[in-house]
Amino acid sequence: MRVRVNGRETEVEPGSTIGQIVDRKVPDRSRVAVERNKEIVPRATYDATPVTEGDVIEVVTLAGGG
Amino acid sequence: MEPLRIRDHVLKSRLILGSGKYRDYDEMLAAWDAAGADCVTVALRRVDLAHEREERNLLDVIDRERYTILPNTAGCDPAEDALRTARLARELGLGDLVKLEVIADEETLLPNAPATIEATRILADEGFTVLAYTNDDPVAARALEEAGAASVMPLGAPIGSGLGILNPTNIRIILARAGVPIIVDAGVGTASDVAIAMELGADGVLLNTGVAKARDTVQMARAMKHACEAGRLAYLAGRMPKREYASPSSPVEGRFTG
Repeated sequence: MRVRVNGRETEVEPGSTIGQIVDRKVPDRSRVAVERNKEIVPRATYDATPVTEGDVIEVVTLAGGG
Repeated sequence: MEPLRIRDHVLKSRLILGSGKYRDYDEMLAAWDAAGADCVTVALRRVDLAHEREERNLLDVIDRERYTILPNTAGCDPAEDALRTARLARELGLGDLVKLEVIADEETLLPNAPATIEATRILADEGFTVLAYTNDDPVAARALEEAGAASVMPLGAPIGSGLGILNPTNIRIILARAGVPIIVDAGVGTASDVAIAMELGADGVLLNTGVAKARDTVQMARAMKHACEAGRLAYLAGRMPKREYASPSSPVEGRFTG
Protein backbone atom coordinates (compact mmCIF):
# COMPACT_ATOMS: atom_id res chain seq x y z
CA MET A 1 0.00 0.00 0.00
CA ARG A 2 1.36 3.38 -0.94
CA VAL A 3 1.08 6.55 1.10
CA ARG A 4 2.83 9.88 0.84
CA VAL A 5 4.96 10.73 3.90
CA ASN A 6 6.59 14.16 3.97
CA GLY A 7 6.30 14.48 0.23
CA ARG A 8 7.74 11.02 -0.56
CA GLU A 9 5.85 8.02 -1.90
CA THR A 10 6.28 5.34 0.74
CA GLU A 11 5.36 1.66 0.73
CA VAL A 12 3.72 0.49 3.98
CA GLU A 13 2.07 -2.73 5.11
CA PRO A 14 -1.72 -2.75 4.84
CA GLY A 15 -3.14 -2.05 8.30
CA SER A 16 -0.23 0.23 9.27
CA THR A 17 -0.94 2.99 11.75
CA ILE A 18 0.22 6.57 12.07
CA GLY A 19 2.20 5.43 15.11
CA GLN A 20 4.27 3.01 13.00
CA ILE A 21 4.98 5.65 10.39
CA VAL A 22 6.05 8.20 13.01
CA ASP A 23 8.32 5.67 14.73
CA ARG A 24 10.06 5.01 11.42
CA LYS A 25 10.80 8.73 11.11
CA VAL A 26 11.83 9.82 14.59
CA PRO A 27 12.98 8.30 17.89
CA ASP A 28 10.78 10.52 20.04
CA ARG A 29 7.09 11.04 19.36
CA SER A 30 6.92 14.00 21.71
CA ARG A 31 9.08 16.02 19.31
CA VAL A 32 6.70 15.93 16.35
CA ALA A 33 3.20 16.85 15.27
CA VAL A 34 1.35 14.91 12.60
CA GLU A 35 -1.18 15.67 9.92
CA ARG A 36 -3.13 13.12 7.91
CA ASN A 37 -4.79 14.55 4.83
CA LYS A 38 -4.41 18.06 6.28
CA GLU A 39 -6.12 17.13 9.56
CA ILE A 40 -4.21 17.04 12.87
CA VAL A 41 -3.73 13.57 14.33
CA PRO A 42 -3.54 13.97 18.12
CA ARG A 43 -0.49 12.21 19.59
CA ALA A 44 -2.65 10.04 21.86
CA THR A 45 -4.39 8.54 18.84
CA TYR A 46 -1.36 7.61 16.67
CA ASP A 47 -1.61 3.88 17.35
CA ALA A 48 -5.35 3.83 16.87
CA THR A 49 -5.25 5.69 13.56
CA PRO A 50 -4.86 3.41 10.54
CA VAL A 51 -3.57 4.80 7.28
CA THR A 52 -5.23 4.07 3.98
CA GLU A 53 -4.00 3.94 0.41
CA GLY A 54 -3.12 7.39 -0.91
CA ASP A 55 -3.04 9.14 2.46
CA VAL A 56 -0.92 12.26 2.63
CA ILE A 57 0.94 12.36 5.93
CA GLU A 58 3.12 15.15 7.27
CA VAL A 59 5.44 14.68 10.26
CA VAL A 60 6.80 18.03 11.36
CA THR A 61 8.92 19.52 14.09
CA LEU A 62 10.60 22.81 14.96
CA ALA A 63 13.17 24.34 12.68
CA GLY A 64 15.15 27.54 12.87
CA GLY A 65 13.35 30.51 11.39
CA GLY A 66 12.52 34.15 11.80
CA MET B 1 12.17 48.20 32.02
CA GLU B 2 8.47 47.46 32.20
CA PRO B 3 7.49 44.14 30.59
CA LEU B 4 5.67 43.73 27.30
CA ARG B 5 2.24 42.20 27.79
CA ILE B 6 0.45 40.38 25.00
CA ARG B 7 -2.80 39.09 26.49
CA ASP B 8 -1.71 36.54 29.15
CA HIS B 9 1.89 36.51 28.02
CA VAL B 10 4.38 38.72 29.82
CA LEU B 11 7.76 39.27 28.15
CA LYS B 12 10.55 40.84 30.15
CA SER B 13 12.46 41.80 27.03
CA ARG B 14 10.96 43.85 24.21
CA LEU B 15 13.34 42.25 21.77
CA ILE B 16 12.17 39.01 20.15
CA LEU B 17 14.79 37.03 18.25
CA GLY B 18 14.54 34.48 15.47
CA SER B 19 16.23 31.09 15.28
CA GLY B 20 17.16 30.99 11.59
CA LYS B 21 20.39 31.45 9.65
CA TYR B 22 22.78 30.83 12.57
CA ARG B 23 25.85 28.68 11.97
CA ASP B 24 24.75 26.32 14.73
CA TYR B 25 22.64 26.13 17.86
CA ASP B 26 25.45 27.19 20.17
CA GLU B 27 25.92 30.44 18.29
CA MET B 28 22.18 31.01 18.35
CA LEU B 29 21.90 30.43 22.11
CA ALA B 30 24.83 32.74 22.80
CA ALA B 31 23.18 35.46 20.71
CA TRP B 32 19.86 35.07 22.50
CA ASP B 33 21.62 35.33 25.81
CA ALA B 34 23.51 38.46 24.77
CA ALA B 35 20.30 40.03 23.47
CA GLY B 36 18.59 39.41 26.78
CA ALA B 37 15.64 37.94 24.89
CA ASP B 38 13.05 35.79 26.61
CA CYS B 39 10.87 35.14 23.57
CA VAL B 40 12.11 33.50 20.38
CA THR B 41 10.41 32.62 17.15
CA VAL B 42 10.73 29.27 15.37
CA ALA B 43 9.42 27.71 12.16
CA LEU B 44 7.83 24.30 11.57
CA ARG B 45 9.21 21.99 8.91
CA ARG B 46 9.17 18.35 7.89
CA VAL B 47 11.34 16.33 10.28
CA ASP B 48 13.61 15.20 7.43
CA LEU B 49 14.73 18.75 6.68
CA ALA B 50 14.83 19.85 10.30
CA HIS B 51 17.18 16.99 11.20
CA GLU B 52 19.39 17.29 8.17
CA ARG B 53 21.73 19.91 9.60
CA GLU B 54 21.73 19.25 13.33
CA GLU B 55 21.26 16.03 15.22
CA ARG B 56 19.57 17.75 18.14
CA ASN B 57 15.95 18.78 17.93
CA LEU B 58 15.34 22.49 18.55
CA LEU B 59 12.84 21.51 21.23
CA ASP B 60 15.68 19.90 23.17
CA VAL B 61 17.90 22.93 22.69
CA ILE B 62 15.53 25.65 23.86
CA ASP B 63 15.12 26.03 27.62
CA ARG B 64 11.36 26.32 27.97
CA GLU B 65 11.69 27.73 31.48
CA ARG B 66 13.66 30.63 30.08
CA TYR B 67 12.19 31.23 26.65
CA THR B 68 8.65 31.67 25.41
CA ILE B 69 8.48 29.98 22.02
CA LEU B 70 6.63 31.89 19.35
CA PRO B 71 5.99 29.52 16.43
CA ASN B 72 5.68 31.26 13.11
CA THR B 73 3.98 30.37 9.86
CA ALA B 74 6.89 31.69 7.80
CA GLY B 75 6.67 31.09 4.10
CA CYS B 76 3.02 30.07 4.15
CA ASP B 77 0.91 30.79 1.12
CA PRO B 78 -2.03 30.42 0.86
CA ALA B 79 -3.65 31.22 4.19
CA GLU B 80 -4.78 27.61 4.62
CA ASP B 81 -1.14 26.56 5.01
CA ALA B 82 -0.70 29.13 7.78
CA LEU B 83 -3.75 27.75 9.59
CA ARG B 84 -2.40 24.19 9.32
CA THR B 85 0.98 25.33 10.63
CA ALA B 86 -0.54 27.14 13.62
CA ARG B 87 -2.57 24.06 14.53
CA LEU B 88 0.47 21.78 14.20
CA ALA B 89 2.44 24.11 16.48
CA ARG B 90 -0.24 23.91 19.11
CA GLU B 91 -0.30 20.12 18.76
CA LEU B 92 3.47 20.16 19.34
CA GLY B 93 2.76 21.64 22.75
CA LEU B 94 3.85 25.17 21.99
CA GLY B 95 0.72 26.76 23.41
CA ASP B 96 -1.59 29.31 21.88
CA LEU B 97 0.93 31.86 20.58
CA VAL B 98 1.45 32.16 16.85
CA LYS B 99 3.24 34.64 14.66
CA LEU B 100 0.94 34.59 11.68
CA GLU B 101 2.68 35.20 8.42
CA VAL B 102 0.90 34.79 5.10
CA ILE B 103 3.15 35.87 2.29
CA ALA B 104 2.03 37.06 -1.11
CA ASP B 105 4.90 35.67 -3.17
CA GLU B 106 8.35 34.16 -2.83
CA GLU B 107 10.19 37.02 -4.47
CA THR B 108 9.14 39.92 -2.24
CA LEU B 109 8.06 37.86 0.80
CA LEU B 110 5.68 40.74 1.43
CA PRO B 111 2.57 39.96 3.46
CA ASN B 112 -0.77 39.20 1.84
CA ALA B 113 -2.83 41.50 4.06
CA PRO B 114 -6.37 40.38 3.10
CA ALA B 115 -5.44 36.70 3.57
CA THR B 116 -3.71 37.51 6.87
CA ILE B 117 -6.83 39.30 8.13
CA GLU B 118 -9.02 36.32 7.27
CA ALA B 119 -6.60 33.84 8.85
CA THR B 120 -6.38 36.03 11.98
CA ARG B 121 -10.14 35.86 12.36
CA ILE B 122 -10.16 32.06 12.09
CA LEU B 123 -7.24 31.49 14.46
CA ALA B 124 -8.52 34.00 17.03
CA ASP B 125 -11.83 32.11 17.02
CA GLU B 126 -9.91 28.89 17.66
CA GLY B 127 -8.34 30.44 20.75
CA PHE B 128 -4.93 31.36 19.38
CA THR B 129 -3.07 34.46 20.54
CA VAL B 130 -2.28 35.84 17.10
CA LEU B 131 0.66 38.14 16.43
CA ALA B 132 -0.04 39.19 12.88
CA TYR B 133 2.82 40.09 10.56
CA THR B 134 1.77 42.70 8.03
CA ASN B 135 2.80 45.62 5.85
CA ASP B 136 3.53 49.06 7.27
CA ASP B 137 -0.06 49.91 6.39
CA PRO B 138 -2.24 51.63 9.01
CA VAL B 139 -5.43 50.36 7.35
CA ALA B 140 -4.30 46.73 7.40
CA ALA B 141 -3.07 47.11 10.98
CA ARG B 142 -6.46 48.37 12.11
CA ALA B 143 -8.26 45.59 10.25
CA LEU B 144 -6.04 42.95 11.88
CA GLU B 145 -6.79 44.33 15.32
CA GLU B 146 -10.50 44.23 14.56
CA ALA B 147 -10.12 40.64 13.32
CA GLY B 148 -8.80 39.65 16.74
CA ALA B 149 -5.02 40.00 16.55
CA ALA B 150 -3.43 40.21 20.01
CA SER B 151 -0.52 42.10 18.48
CA VAL B 152 0.14 43.60 15.07
CA MET B 153 3.63 43.30 13.58
CA PRO B 154 4.24 45.76 10.79
CA LEU B 155 7.43 45.30 8.81
CA GLY B 156 10.21 47.87 8.92
CA ALA B 157 11.39 46.64 5.53
CA PRO B 158 11.15 43.33 3.60
CA ILE B 159 12.23 40.16 5.42
CA GLY B 160 15.99 39.70 5.49
CA SER B 161 16.67 42.99 3.70
CA GLY B 162 18.28 44.88 6.57
CA LEU B 163 17.00 48.15 5.10
CA GLY B 164 15.74 49.51 8.42
CA ILE B 165 12.51 51.38 9.09
CA LEU B 166 11.54 52.50 5.58
CA ASN B 167 8.34 54.31 6.49
CA PRO B 168 8.54 55.75 10.00
CA THR B 169 5.53 57.96 9.32
CA ASN B 170 3.30 54.96 8.70
CA ILE B 171 4.66 53.17 11.77
CA ARG B 172 3.84 56.28 13.80
CA ILE B 173 0.29 56.35 12.42
CA ILE B 174 -0.14 52.63 13.17
CA LEU B 175 1.03 53.26 16.74
CA ALA B 176 -1.25 56.25 17.24
CA ARG B 177 -4.31 54.21 16.25
CA ALA B 178 -3.42 50.92 17.92
CA GLY B 179 -5.21 49.30 20.83
CA VAL B 180 -2.88 46.28 20.90
CA PRO B 181 0.92 46.05 21.19
CA ILE B 182 2.74 46.90 17.96
CA ILE B 183 5.94 44.97 17.30
CA VAL B 184 8.09 46.03 14.38
CA ASP B 185 9.09 42.85 12.59
CA ALA B 186 11.52 42.40 9.70
CA GLY B 187 14.00 44.63 7.94
CA VAL B 188 16.08 45.50 11.00
CA GLY B 189 19.72 45.59 9.91
CA THR B 190 21.58 47.14 12.81
CA ALA B 191 21.19 48.65 16.25
CA SER B 192 20.05 52.11 15.13
CA ASP B 193 17.10 50.52 13.29
CA VAL B 194 15.92 49.01 16.58
CA ALA B 195 16.40 52.32 18.37
CA ILE B 196 14.37 54.16 15.72
CA ALA B 197 11.49 51.70 15.97
CA MET B 198 11.46 51.94 19.74
CA GLU B 199 11.77 55.74 19.73
CA LEU B 200 8.71 55.88 17.51
CA GLY B 201 6.89 54.11 20.33
CA ALA B 202 6.86 50.53 19.10
CA ASP B 203 6.13 48.10 21.91
CA GLY B 204 8.82 45.72 20.71
CA VAL B 205 11.00 44.61 17.83
CA LEU B 206 11.37 41.15 16.29
CA LEU B 207 14.51 40.48 14.33
CA ASN B 208 16.49 37.55 12.99
CA THR B 209 18.89 38.22 10.13
CA GLY B 210 20.26 41.45 11.62
CA VAL B 211 21.88 39.39 14.36
CA ALA B 212 22.32 36.01 12.65
CA LYS B 213 24.17 37.47 9.67
CA ALA B 214 26.30 39.99 11.57
CA ARG B 215 30.02 39.23 11.46
CA ASP B 216 30.01 38.90 15.26
CA THR B 217 26.53 37.71 16.18
CA VAL B 218 26.94 37.96 19.96
CA GLN B 219 28.33 41.48 19.77
CA MET B 220 25.46 42.55 17.50
CA ALA B 221 22.91 40.89 19.80
CA ARG B 222 24.29 42.94 22.67
CA ALA B 223 24.09 46.10 20.56
CA MET B 224 20.47 45.32 19.68
CA LYS B 225 19.64 44.90 23.36
CA HIS B 226 21.09 48.29 24.25
CA ALA B 227 19.41 49.93 21.25
CA CYS B 228 16.06 48.49 22.30
CA GLU B 229 16.44 49.83 25.81
CA ALA B 230 17.81 53.18 24.65
CA GLY B 231 14.98 53.63 22.17
CA ARG B 232 12.36 52.71 24.73
CA LEU B 233 13.80 55.11 27.31
CA ALA B 234 13.98 57.92 24.74
CA TYR B 235 10.36 57.29 23.78
CA LEU B 236 9.24 57.35 27.42
CA ALA B 237 11.35 60.45 28.06
CA GLY B 238 9.63 62.34 25.24
CA ARG B 239 11.96 63.87 22.72
CA MET B 240 12.33 67.64 22.21
CA PRO B 241 10.46 69.12 19.29
CA LYS B 242 12.44 69.46 16.07
CA ARG B 243 13.05 72.98 14.80
CA GLU B 244 14.43 74.40 11.60
CA TYR B 245 16.79 76.96 13.17
CA ALA B 246 19.44 76.91 15.83
CA SER B 247 18.62 77.70 19.43
CA PRO B 248 21.51 78.51 21.82
CA SER B 249 22.04 76.13 24.69
CA SER B 250 23.90 78.73 26.79
CA PRO B 251 22.12 81.85 28.15
CA VAL B 252 22.04 84.83 25.79
CA GLU B 253 21.76 87.24 28.74
CA GLY B 254 24.79 88.08 30.90
CA ARG B 255 27.27 87.72 28.11
CA PHE B 256 30.36 89.85 28.89
CA THR B 257 32.21 89.47 25.61
CA GLY B 258 30.30 92.14 23.71
